[in-house]
Amino acid sequence: MVAFLDFEKPIAELQGRIAELRETAEAGAIDIDAEVARLEAKSQKLLRDTYARLAPWQKTQVARHPERPHLKDYIAGFVADFVPLAGDRAFAEDKAIVGGLGRIAGRRVMVIGHEKGEDTASRLRHNFGMAKPEGYRKAIRLMELADRFGLPVVSLVDTSGAFPGIQAEERGQAEAIARSTEACLALGVPLVTAIVGEGGSGGAVALAAANRVLMFEHAVYSVISPEGCASILWRTGEKAADAAEAMKITAADLKRLGVIDRIVAEPVGGAHRDRAAAIAALGAALADELVQLADTPRDELRAARRAKFLAIG
Amino acid sequence: MSWLDRVRNTIPFIARRDETPDNLWHKCAGCGQMLFVKEYEENQSVCPKCDHHGRIGPDARFDALFDGGIYTPLPMPAVREDPLKFRDQKRYVDRLKAARQATGEQDALINARGVIEGKRAVVGVQDFAFMGGSMGLGVGAAFVAGAEAAIAERCPYIIFTAAGGARMQEGILSLMQMPKTTVAIAMLREARLPYIVVMTDPTTGGVTASYAMLGDIQLAEPGALIGFAGQRVIEQTIREKLPEGFQRAEYLLDHGMLDMVVHRHKLRETLASLIDYLCVEQAAA
Ligand SMILES: [Zn+2]
Repeated sequence: MVAFLDFEKPIAELQGRIAELRETAEAGAIDIDAEVARLEAKSQKLLRDTYARLAPWQKTQVARHPERPHLKDYIAGFVADFVPLAGDRAFAEDKAIVGGLGRIAGRRVMVIGHEKGEDTASRLRHNFGMAKPEGYRKAIRLMELADRFGLPVVSLVDTSGAFPGIQAEERGQAEAIARSTEACLALGVPLVTAIVGEGGSGGAVALAAANRVLMFEHAVYSVISPEGCASILWRTGEKAADAAEAMKITAADLKRLGVIDRIVAEPVGGAHRDRAAAIAALGAALADELVQLADTPRDELRAARRAKFLAIG
Repeated sequence: MSWLDRVRNTIPFIARRDETPDNLWHKCAGCGQMLFVKEYEENQSVCPKCDHHGRIGPDARFDALFDGGIYTPLPMPAVREDPLKFRDQKRYVDRLKAARQATGEQDALINARGVIEGKRAVVGVQDFAFMGGSMGLGVGAAFVAGAEAAIAERCPYIIFTAAGGARMQEGILSLMQMPKTTVAIAMLREARLPYIVVMTDPTTGGVTASYAMLGDIQLAEPGALIGFAGQRVIEQTIREKLPEGFQRAEYLLDHGMLDMVVHRHKLRETLASLIDYLCVEQAAA
């Protein structure tokens, strides 16, 4: 059973009643099929209705849901023969960004993405998906490697932002992000990005200056977290919902603004309720984009990417 | 004009508002010394006692930098105004209006062309007084326009950065200025023209993480605060006290992030010499 979010309380209550009924039935052997079916239908409708009109702040919570699929799951789901590659060759291996070679729908690709981790131990190992300079420098190295050997790059973005720390600053967090963005823009191979969870600020855009940017239906992508924006402009983090609304962070808004190119629909109730279906939908969308960009000349890919970002505004 | 100003204008011995003691004196943010505004400004807003570099806007910067204080401001490119119809406690359009009134500028980045010790250059100056120098559509478009002007005139693009980061009121569109300005730098690189960054106090956030860190040469003014993450955010995240001088220009120099920390009084000659070395068309010999 999934962990319910605050705004899903009515659905959680219905599910609770269904569970209770089932227990009673097992104990007393009364026929409850009709009642359970009725409640299930009601619950399903409520779930569909709720998710059809999620507020931006609610989407933020869905995007951060601990059971939402993450990089490891996507790789396991639609990247065949994955060969992980590590290290920036300068300082360290940063596990907040994972990358490697693989095949998507039979095509050779370089996959790079943020990994938040799935339990306490792995979240600590991956630093909750908050990369340090060495993470971005590894990404640059892998992008350049892909470029040399003609492999399209697929990047999956899921980070609350780049790591704010003393050593990260000392080693040039800002420079690493700037160079990573520059590396994206210089690629002579296709770069396809998917914002799969949180697209947090510079730490996200460093992997997302792409030919095509896809975004999951309930993912969010923003210049600062709603809490951060609220604490600066409203002077209290408690206005995060207002900030989320005002900043226009949802896939539908970003599509309208021309910042993303394609929305990937999620299963009813969000990717975490049917992980397999969500993973398959993303794999199919990425494969489709790779087909469309295949055989595009190097100069054309670069020129199109540049023109796209020059035109945003 | 207020009634007081009217009275002042008719009575010559009452000081006008801009000559009241508050404006006659400037308290140095570095050493606390009271300084004559006139002398302070004639010294390019550098404290004569402790060398603290005060923040200066585009006009003062251009005056100090270009030969004879002569330069031509470049027109500000037109951009969409308030694309998100943003409002927090105030409407963004009202904040913009107030910033324009206070600074007399259209947005937080102004370009000008002129000559520095005989070398032609296009110079962009970010104005911290305009909404914290924040980067939105206006700043992004001005940066691209500055780079394009430099390419058209076959001269370097020199940018003086000063910003608290991205302009939140323009949401994701402000974030998109990071790749957008990076494209302009790629164009300068292909044209083989120098792109020189002078970081001034403060340069943080998305501005640092894009065009401010991509210079062929990276200069900074003494004591300038330069970083990606804000100090409070870092302290809250790691729950440690920050080291002495953290995120200051000298600290970045020590950590290999800058070529030089240059005193404001030495910027003109430093830039001229760099142009001479890097801009083949303008080399002396
Ligand atoms: Zn002083």
